[in-house]
Amino acid sequence: MTGPGTWIARHAQAALGASGRLARAPLSTLFTIGVIGLALAMPLGLKLFVDNARAATGDFANAVDLSVYFKVGTPIEKVRQLAERARSRAGVASVTVIPADAALAEFRRYSGFGAALDAITDNPLPHVLGIRPRAGADSTAGLAKLKDYFASWPEVELVQMDIEWVHRFNAILEVLRRTLLVAVLVLAFGVLAVVGNTIRLEILNRRAEIEVTKLVGGSNAFVRRPFLYTGALYGLLGALLALAIVSAATTLLAPAVADLARAYGSGFQMLGTGGDDALRLLGGGTALGWIGAWAAAARHLRSIEPQA
Amino acid sequence: MIRFERVAKRYPNGREAISGVSFDVAGGEMVFLTGRSGAGKSTVLKLIALLERPTRGVVTVNGQSTGPLPARKIPAFRRGIGVVFQDHKLLADRPVFDNVALPLFVAGAPLREMDKRVRAALDQVGLLGKERLLPLELSIGEQQRVGIARAVITRPAVLIADEPTGNLDPELALEVMNVFRRFQEVGTTVMIATHDMHLVREFGKREIVLEGGHVRGVEDVQVPVVGAAAT
Repeated sequence: MTGPGTWIARHAQAALGASGRLARAPLSTLFTIGVIGLALAMPLGLKLFVDNARAATGDFANAVDLSVYFKVGTPIEKVRQLAERARSRAGVASVTVIPADAALAEFRRYSGFGAALDAITDNPLPHVLGIRPRAGADSTAGLAKLKDYFASWPEVELVQMDIEWVHRFNAILEVLRRTLLVAVLVLAFGVLAVVGNTIRLEILNRRAEIEVTKLVGGSNAFVRRPFLYTGALYGLLGALLALAIVSAATTLLAPAVADLARAYGSGFQMLGTGGDDALRLLGGGTALGWIGAWAAAARHLRSIEPQA
Repeated sequence: MIRFERVAKRYPNGREAISGVSFDVAGGEMVFLTGRSGAGKSTVLKLIALLERPTRGVVTVNGQSTGPLPARKIPAFRRGIGVVFQDHKLLADRPVFDNVALPLFVAGAPLREMDKRVRAALDQVGLLGKERLLPLELSIGEQQRVGIARAVITRPAVLIADEPTGNLDPELALEVMNVFRRFQEVGTTVMIATHDMHLVREFGKREIVLEGGHVRGVEDVQVPVVGAAAT
């Protein structure tokens, strides 16, 4: 009597029935989906924020470059000679020579102190070597060794390393990432509770129907199925709403973020939700809805037995 | 087909609804279960439909003993039995078609068969053409017949009914009883609990009389069937 076609037909029927039921009570459906959507939008938004923060700062987050400042008055020929020596040093990927004149010209252009600088006759800036460590040599110990090496040159005044700042920045990102994790857990539980409670009420409302269905030989699985589809549908629609909320927010924020980036001389464009994240959210939302409905059904369907 | 062997049922509140009840209903037989209210008729039917399990004794329906049947096998067991209730137990928000089709749905019958079988069942109870109506748009007698159509749509071997004519005037009651008899005539085992002694006499079928939770007697009424024959 039952074949695979029938099995599919029954599931399709349960899914269709569930959608029809949601459509027949649009107001309460919208309310439930709204709550789920907001709960899912929060971690998604936080994820987007972390991703954007990382992308926007990516250039200098990895820039553990060393700046080697020479004593003022060191001739540029000597600096170029030393630059050659630096290039041959193991663990160095590239060396950039920034002559004092070029540094001053750049400073004049960008700092806004042009007029004040005109008053200074001597160039107060030293020659600088920008050292980029080779990938693999940029561990804290490796960098310290490089720093010590350059600091030991008699012509060198100071070796500066942005590593502290990079550590701090990465620590902040890590805090945000963990916040995201906690938010995902808390809000996932919230979605379970919302779906579970909605399904519980639905089960109690349809008590008579469930009794009759069991009376004519409906198995627990048969009775449960439409509720599971309802829960999954709530989760899926809630996830779609969350995507809509976050992409609307992204659209609203993007111009302001672009302006901010331009002010920092960056061409950074705000990232939207990626396809991977969208799929993960839709899958996660659907799964949460299904699980929430399953929990409610397991708890309440068993207690409904037909009475003659 | 239905066999009770020294069956007792005690409810959680301590009341013993029936005790020491034994009887045997052969396949294809139609019997009446009579007795006053509280004599235990409903309990006997609940034990057959496996809405309750016996406290003592053995209830065997369709070759299966209900006592040890695991819970997961109850749905399949119930699909082998059609049950008609005094209060119909129809779903008020579903049209007649959906109500009658429910047991087929539950059993996973192919959708293409459903339409044909629902129509056939409604035809058997004289309600063809009312598929789209809601139960409340029908008369009480018609609602009862929708309940019968639902009970027989899976062609169960056993059909049981609890006071199926309780709310009906004599004419409608006779009509409904004749519907049951037609199913018996095609081989279904039918058991009807009723206190309508007039009807029971008219049908001339075997009668199991309950009194105070015991079987007082089994009567083979052989009176010629005047009223029923006239219809």
